Amino acid sequence: MSSSRAAESSLLALNQQEELEDLPREYPLSTSEDEGDSDGERKHQKLLEAISSLDGKNRRKLAERSEASLKVSEFNVSSEGSGEKLVLSDLLEPVKTSSSLAAVKKQLNRVKSKKTVELPLHREEIERIHREVAFNKTSQVLSKWDPVVQKNRQAEQLVFPLSKQQSVFAPIEHVVSGWKARTPLEQEIFNLLHKNKQPVTDPLLTPMEKASLKAMSLEEVKMRRAELQRARALQSYYEARARREKKIKSKKYHKLLKKGKAKQALKEFEKLRKVNPAAALEELEKLEKARMMERMSLKHQNSGKWAKSKAIMAKYDLEARQAMQEQLARNKELMQKIQVASESAEEEGVAEEEGEPFVPDVVNEVQVKASGPNPWMFRNHSSDTKEAEVQGDPEELAEPAAQEAPESEEEGPVVAEEILLKEFEERRSLRQKSGLKQIAKPVGSQETKDPSSQGVLSELRALSQKLNRENHQSRKQELSSTRTVLAVQREEPAGEEEEPLLLQRPERARTLDELEELGKEGCFQNKELPRAAVEGQQWERNPSNHLGVPKEKKRKEQMIDLQNLLTTKSPSVKSLAVPTTEELEDEEERDQRQMIKEAFAGDDVIRDFLKEKREAVEASKPKDVDLTLPGWGEWGGVGLKPSAKKRRRFLIKAPEGPPRKDENLPNVILSEKRNIHAAAHQVRMLPYPFTHHQQFERTIQTPIGSTWNTQRAFQKLTMPKVVTKPGHIIKPIKAEDVGYRSSSRSDLSVVQRNPKRLSIRHKKQLKKNSVD
Amino acid sequence: MKVKMLSRNPDSYVRETKLDLQRVPRNYDPTLHPFEVPREYVRALNATKLERVFAKPFLASLDGHRDGVSCLAKHPKSLATVLSGACDGEASVTLNVRIWNLTKRKCIHMIQAHEGFVRGICTRFCGTSFFTVGDDKTVKQWKMDGPGYGEEEEPLHTILGKTVYTGIDHHWKEAVFATCGQQVDIWDEQRSSPICSMTWGFDSISSVKFNPIETFLLGSCASDRNIVLYDMRQATPLKKVILDMRTNTICWNPMEAFIFTAANEDYNLYTFDMRALDTPVMVHMDHVSAVLDVDYSPTGKDFVSASFDKSIRIFPVDKSRSREVYHTKRMQHVICVKWTSDSKYIMCGSDEMNIRLWKANASEKLGVLTSREKAATDYNQRLKEKFQHHPHIKRISRHRHLPKSIYSQIQEQRVMKEARRRKELNRIKHSKPGSVQRVSEKKKRVVAVVK
Repeated sequence: MSSSRAAESSLLALNQQEELEDLPREYPLSTSEDEGDSDGERKHQKLLEAISSLDGKNRRKLAERSEASLKVSEFNVSSEGSGEKLVLSDLLEPVKTSSSLAAVKKQLNRVKSKKTVELPLHREEIERIHREVAFNKTSQVLSKWDPVVQKNRQAEQLVFPLSKQQSVFAPIEHVVSGWKARTPLEQEIFNLLHKNKQPVTDPLLTPMEKASLKAMSLEEVKMRRAELQRARALQSYYEARARREKKIKSKKYHKLLKKGKAKQALKEFEKLRKVNPAAALEELEKLEKARMMERMSLKHQNSGKWAKSKAIMAKYDLEARQAMQEQLARNKELMQKIQVASESAEEEGVAEEEGEPFVPDVVNEVQVKASGPNPWMFRNHSSDTKEAEVQGDPEELAEPAAQEAPESEEEGPVVAEEILLKEFEERRSLRQKSGLKQIAKPVGSQETKDPSSQGVLSELRALSQKLNRENHQSRKQELSSTRTVLAVQREEPAGEEEEPLLLQRPERARTLDELEELGKEGCFQNKELPRAAVEGQQWERNPSNHLGVPKEKKRKEQMIDLQNLLTTKSPSVKSLAVPTTEELEDEEERDQRQMIKEAFAGDDVIRDFLKEKREAVEASKPKDVDLTLPGWGEWGGVGLKPSAKKRRRFLIKAPEGPPRKDENLPNVILSEKRNIHAAAHQVRMLPYPFTHHQQFERTIQTPIGSTWNTQRAFQKLTMPKVVTKPGHIIKPIKAEDVGYRSSSRSDLSVVQRNPKRLSIRHKKQLKKNSVD
Repeated sequence: MKVKMLSRNPDSYVRETKLDLQRVPRNYDPTLHPFEVPREYVRALNATKLERVFAKPFLASLDGHRDGVSCLAKHPKSLATVLSGACDGEASVTLNVRIWNLTKRKCIHMIQAHEGFVRGICTRFCGTSFFTVGDDKTVKQWKMDGPGYGEEEEPLHTILGKTVYTGIDHHWKEAVFATCGQQVDIWDEQRSSPICSMTWGFDSISSVKFNPIETFLLGSCASDRNIVLYDMRQATPLKKVILDMRTNTICWNPMEAFIFTAANEDYNLYTFDMRALDTPVMVHMDHVSAVLDVDYSPTGKDFVSASFDKSIRIFPVDKSRSREVYHTKRMQHVICVKWTSDSKYIMCGSDEMNIRLWKANASEKLGVLTSREKAATDYNQRLKEKFQHHPHIKRISRHRHLPKSIYSQIQEQRVMKEARRRKELNRIKHSKPGSVQRVSEKKKRVVAVVK
């Protein structure tokens, strides 16, 4: 009994538990349940209650439960009865922990640990990102063209079309085959052609024409016939000749003929040997073959019919005996072995050892000469001769000078001196040459073993002594004469020496017109300066070595004096210009001034400026024009001056120009050079690509015309930048044109692909972008 | 006595045959040829004057259309063939597409292609057929040769669209073409529906152009003042730049893949590098009215623009001012312009129903040149280049005759521009330093770049 009770109670307890579990679950969920169903449940509960009331202990508890259940509504979960707040997790948690729920918990945890998926982007946003990615990609693709574009922009010359199109020649048959007669006129013509058996599809030639084309041309036939005729005539001629010769019975004739033939053969062989040794060898081989034949056949021994008969006759007949001997000799000759030398010494060996019948001595001699025992010997010889010539040269060179010397000595000591100088120059150049030849030897050393060079040296010494002596003499002579002569001598380079004078100007942008002016002025001065003035100038400016040293010194002193004078003057000028405020100046300023003075102690700016100004004034002064013609109406010649009266008569004095504007302005040079007429042709601003005026001037100054340039240079300089061919279509540049690989896939194929996939690829790049 | 004799090598003066040129011994000693700069200067001056004397660019006028010529197209294989479409009215049934032969200067073929305005015309890359779009919402493909004997003139294909197409351009290598209108459509020639249509914004698109080098790129300009670039392979627009005013059309440089020029309503043309749209590479100004069309020379060094101011101008790509202006008394608003593919001629179609043919280089001598002539022209060209900065030469070479209307408008606009500039300077001068920034002329015109 007790056991059954226990079982009952345990069952009850389980039931109660079930109820407890049920309550929270059932009530919120029961909204949808039928009334009947809930009635049944109530009955069941009553039954349970009844059963439980049997047990006294549990009654109170049950009452409490019923109370709580009253509060339960179908909309709300309340926990009023227990006085605690109900948390959702409490509801979720099972009363009794079961092992199966642990796994669920784990999963829940895992889900919790993962981040939440973000909201998908707005459609426009996505499109924007797609566009950006696509744009980046495209600009990458395009940037491969950068070097090409750069190259084309900077190219000296571009020739279009860039890629040469090869014209395709389609045979006319191919072109015509696709064509059909459509219009009535065409059809009619075709019908006519068909009727006359003219070719229609392959319209080039009729069969007749083809055949005639295949046949030979008339000229060819004529030529061939003429050739044949000639050959036939020749043949008959030779035949007739052979027949005639055959008929000749004279033995002597035949013997001579044979000998002649042999000689001819020998000659030919020699010639061959010279010209073509290989062929000669072949000939030799032929000889060898003949020997072999002879040995085999023994034709020339006395076994033949003729020989036997001769042998019988020989006893009595001298001639026959001779003939026999001849034949035997011939046999021997033929049987003799020809010794062919080893290959290295082919030519000489063969020639020497062969013996007289083949090669005469003369040939050998020549050979020895041509390629002697030692070729170097030969060269030595020749070089020796050359050297001899070279050494002979100086003497030859010296000779004309020597010849000239006596002639010119008449002209006076100065001219003689000149000639001497010339000679000296020549010798020096000679010596340099010889020095160059013997680089190994030190040039300065006196112990030169070469007799020739020593000779030159001694000569030099003698010359220098002579020169000194002469100089001495000349110094004694009158100064005036030397002066005039020198002036005459120096007239030539006058033009060259004028240049620096012209260039000494304040620097300015030298445009084309300025240049022109410069050129004109140069001419003017060169031509029209009075010669005397020129002479004087030159005399001044070229302190020659012929002048006595003291005199030159004196002159220099003078110059310095002049300059000093000017410099002493200049400060005063300056002080005039600048208001004198020295007393007011502070000491500091004075100090600064002192410092500046110390710093620029070396360069005297003021003096330089004054000098410059003086020069400018000089240059701008109008020049006198001297129209005197020396020797015109009186005696002329070297050293003769036109008379003073004449000079006075023909000297046109330049009118005094207007006063200079900067006359009273000591610190200013006012140049009135600017030519308004020229200014119209001058460039005022430095054009854009140039950074310095010199660059621009250089481009202007280099001429490009064919007058100043060679044909090739002219073509290169005038090369047009863009060359197009008339009648050629220029296509846009292609990747293949510039050596890039063009994308093989077509633009169309990509478009037709699934756009979804595209977007996936975009997304990948999008990620990359967002990271950036 | 030594006798000195002149002896010459006969090789230096005897000709091998009598047909050879006479040998002229030349001495290049500079002292014998003085004054090289002045002489060349005079030559350059003469060359410049002669250039102006011979500058007669107008060659021919092709008439036949019954209304203004709205579009032109070049034949890709034949230099002598040109196609044109006119803006004929809807009321009359007219032949509004014509094919011209330039050597004969005659119309060789006429088609009644659309009812009404022919908006666009383009040739297929192979030159066997061409496409037209019109106001009747159709795209039609036509045979270039015309119908055979006894055949009716009929298009090869006709595509009926839902909206009006305003422009068409054909792909340079493949059987694909693009139309524009409400959106940019890319069509396969074999299909009757677009394989892809791209749109960005809602305004109507006035023209679309394929890039001739990177052929998957397209550029279009819409009436909401923007230029949009598209990538056909990725089927997406790339970038959009909004300018001050509406762009009428664009043209890609055929030698530089990323350069295109836009013809704008604000009288200017803008050359852009498509990788950096925020600043144009160059602003080309000289027109005095809206620029309606632009076309590049096939060498990619110059382009020609047609304007509402009744003139066409030729600009070097790297200069902001034009080097040439063409006009005639009878030429009205120029609607379309094309540079022929041998880079020698320019064609323009204008409002008064004519197509005009011009020389691209006004003073060029046409026809075959002898080698001496060629050398002389090259030399003259080089001389002109060398002395181009000299004021006298510059003045002569720059001188152009202009119709009075254009001339006065230029003056007027110069005044306006100067006023604007002065005002800006004043504003900068009288405001706190740094508060008013000077914006360069290039940047001023770009409103925004939309990614």
